[in-house]
Amino acid sequence: MTDTIDPMAEIRASFFIECEELLEELQDGLQAMEDGSDDSETINVVFRAVHSIKGGAGAFGLEKLVRFAHRLESVLDEIRTGQTIPDETSLKVLFRCADHLSDLVRTSRDGVDLPQVDSKRLLGTLAELLKQKPTSDPQSFADKAIEFRPTALSLNFEFGDDAETTNPAPCSRSISGDKRYLITFKPETELFEKGNEPFLILRALDEIGPCTITCDASSVPGLAELAPETSYLSWTIELFSNVNEAEIASAFEFVQGLCALEIAVVEDERPPPQFEVAKTSVHMRNLEYLTSPDPIDLSRQDAEPSSLDRPPTAQAQDLKDAVTTSGALQNSLSSSSAATAAKAVVRVELDRIETLVNLVGELVINQSMLTQSLESSGLSPHSDAMSGLEEFQRLTRDIQESVMMIRAQPVKSLFQRMSRIVREASAAVDKEVKLITEGECTEVDKTIIERLADPLTHMIRNAVDHGLETPKERLAAGKPVQGLVKLSAAHKSGRVIIEVSDDGGGINRAKVLQVAVDKGLIATDADLSDNEIDNLLFLPGFSTAEEVSDLSGRGVGMDVVREAIQTLGGRITIASSPGVGTVFSISLPLTLAVLDGMVFQVAEETLVLPLNTVIETLTLTNKSVETIHPGAKVVRVRNGFVPLYDLGYELGYRAPANDYDGSVVLLIAHDDDGQAALLIDSIQDQRQVVIKGLSNSIYRAPGIAAATILGAGQIALILDTSDIISSVTGTNTFSRTETLAGLSA
Amino acid sequence: MNEDEAPTMVELLTFQLAYQEYALDIMSVREIRGWTKATPLPHAPDYMKGVVNLRGTVLPVIDLALRLGLDPSQHSDRSVIIVVEDSDIMTGLLVDAVSDIIALKSDDLLPPPDTQSTGGPSVVNALTVLDDRMIRVLNLSSIVTIPESSAA
Repeated sequence: MTDTIDPMAEIRASFFIECEELLEELQDGLQAMEDGSDDSETINVVFRAVHSIKGGAGAFGLEKLVRFAHRLESVLDEIRTGQTIPDETSLKVLFRCADHLSDLVRTSRDGVDLPQVDSKRLLGTLAELLKQKPTSDPQSFADKAIEFRPTALSLNFEFGDDAETTNPAPCSRSISGDKRYLITFKPETELFEKGNEPFLILRALDEIGPCTITCDASSVPGLAELAPETSYLSWTIELFSNVNEAEIASAFEFVQGLCALEIAVVEDERPPPQFEVAKTSVHMRNLEYLTSPDPIDLSRQDAEPSSLDRPPTAQAQDLKDAVTTSGALQNSLSSSSAATAAKAVVRVELDRIETLVNLVGELVINQSMLTQSLESSGLSPHSDAMSGLEEFQRLTRDIQESVMMIRAQPVKSLFQRMSRIVREASAAVDKEVKLITEGECTEVDKTIIERLADPLTHMIRNAVDHGLETPKERLAAGKPVQGLVKLSAAHKSGRVIIEVSDDGGGINRAKVLQVAVDKGLIATDADLSDNEIDNLLFLPGFSTAEEVSDLSGRGVGMDVVREAIQTLGGRITIASSPGVGTVFSISLPLTLAVLDGMVFQVAEETLVLPLNTVIETLTLTNKSVETIHPGAKVVRVRNGFVPLYDLGYELGYRAPANDYDGSVVLLIAHDDDGQAALLIDSIQDQRQVVIKGLSNSIYRAPGIAAATILGAGQIALILDTSDIISSVTGTNTFSRTETLAGLSA
Repeated sequence: MNEDEAPTMVELLTFQLAYQEYALDIMSVREIRGWTKATPLPHAPDYMKGVVNLRGTVLPVIDLALRLGLDPSQHSDRSVIIVVEDSDIMTGLLVDAVSDIIALKSDDLLPPPDTQSTGGPSVVNALTVLDDRMIRVLNLSSIVTIPESSAA
């Protein structure tokens, strides 16, 4: 499709969006099959996904995509009809095919070319899968192929060759005792517009039982009147089979409502008079109207004057017919629609949501400005204005939460992408790796999900390449050959925790230390704790891989990962134990837009701390502060000691304070379940603040996560407490400037 | 902007820094606004003045004189922030005063003589002479992106 006239481009775009969803379904299904958690519907979902992609691709003339999807579909069809039982190997192939299919979708969308090698090789593997199936009776196959060809040719030339290369399913069912069905099938123009292909349906019928297909081309007008996009053809199929009507109707499930379909059982040998057929017929459109509560179908019904214009009795008859047709048919249709059509969804451009989020952000700022000015005007808290304001505040908060929910998405799509990374990475380094995912339904802001893809990819690759040992080493260590990489997501105290863990050998600390010394990142005589050694991995220019592999060690190290996470307002930590494995945890804010903040002042600067990190506020006396050694002070809080950080000094605003009497500290919790006391000047307020990102291109300030704009228009910085604390504790081991240089680069 | 054809016109915004004249391609300039006090960032290098509120977005502001290694800006009534955009990132440049907008043929822009042996990043793209005054045309992206080695 080179001519991209606008409406077409729009349809095309929505096709690709649909493809993404279908690919997700496909992945899900395959995953379920691999885990053994599949049911009879799973393979149908998988099949449908591939089929729909193929259908759409055909409509847009994306030949490569169609060809590949078609082959994949035939294999899936074999599985669906129970002729091939998928084993582990074939599932692996199917996974690779699904990956390749998504590549094809993407390359077709972006209009770039993909190397054909993969395609060919996979097609070859697929063909082998097909060959493995129990051989069918060659005689019946030949007969059917001949019987079938005229129809195939009259339909679509593209598929002509496929009809020969793809083996139609063998017909092993006995003809005796079969019922004789007479099916008339007249596609409407819309059926073709949606990219469906009657040939495939007819072929599916052929697989049910021996049939004679007659094409009725009598309504095709002369060339002069012929509208090329209008459907003129109809088919009559005489089918012998012992299956019930529902199963036959299921062959038409993709074209429900897009065709006129009649399925009739012929009891005796003679062809029945036409009206008898009509009596037991099912008008698909009406049936759909009855079984589906979807309002769209109602409107479609309305838009069809012909059915409304008919005498009411005829309509009533139709409906009655539809109601009285075999219950099984209705059940099968409604159950399949229930399985596929989960919730009603609306596709909205991200830009619009973005605008809405920004507007709500402004609303929150405005609301807090209003509160501020009303409060300072000395109104009684019981006045109408103040109680109205309270209501307003509550509403603003509700609106804000709802808007945030629009942006929230389950991390599932992200995790699915990672399962592909694991497959590719493990193949590249020749390790057997299983990816376990947990908490796929954890919802996170869409922007975060998108921007997490790259760092997570890198971490997963690292886990496979560096984290897990080689199969030999694993065996020697008494572990199963198959390594485990676990990816989990969970909500924890107002943040999202994403963990990437492996059951490998853990971080080789001696080696890490050696590399860091060799690269001049730390002093030769530096005495580092285990945790500090692990954190060396995050220093720029650090890579332990001795040989640069294809996979990781391309010059981008964990420092890039760390930076990406920090840009999102997140933190990353390592925990590793030798022989057991390594866990990287990423802690991220739920949203990038708003937070509940504690607003306070330090050395004339206004700063904000996320409220959920503040445990309590204390007023100090000189007695409650103790010095452990110069520069390290602690505060006695009830029965424990908490390290004290003079925020004004740590941020470089002023010289360290000497007198602590009467000064205020915020007791905060940081990630490592530790506590710290931050010395501040005064607390101003608790309020919602809109998070504004800071551009890191010039300078990333340590300890600062983001900024916000206060009511009066001035900017307040939002602190990242863990960052402050870690950069402070860093001073104990290596020089402060070095650490800061490392962190901010 | 086809170089094979007749010289195209370029428009430059000229401004003053430590009594010298500098210029930027006007296409990268988004707006010019008066100087307001910036919120300082902790441990920032001296040229990083801090961040200011630009109609709801947080704009980092660089003291251009310090960034170029000149004497620091003398804050006066004429001090302004030139808001520039380079690869989608907005930055404010604090300068002493804005002078003029000039239109030149691209032929009139001379490459700077090769004296940059001091190893510093090449911040001057071209030189031009206007009424006997030399004007330095700055390379914006080298000013607003700091190479990692000198980030802290």
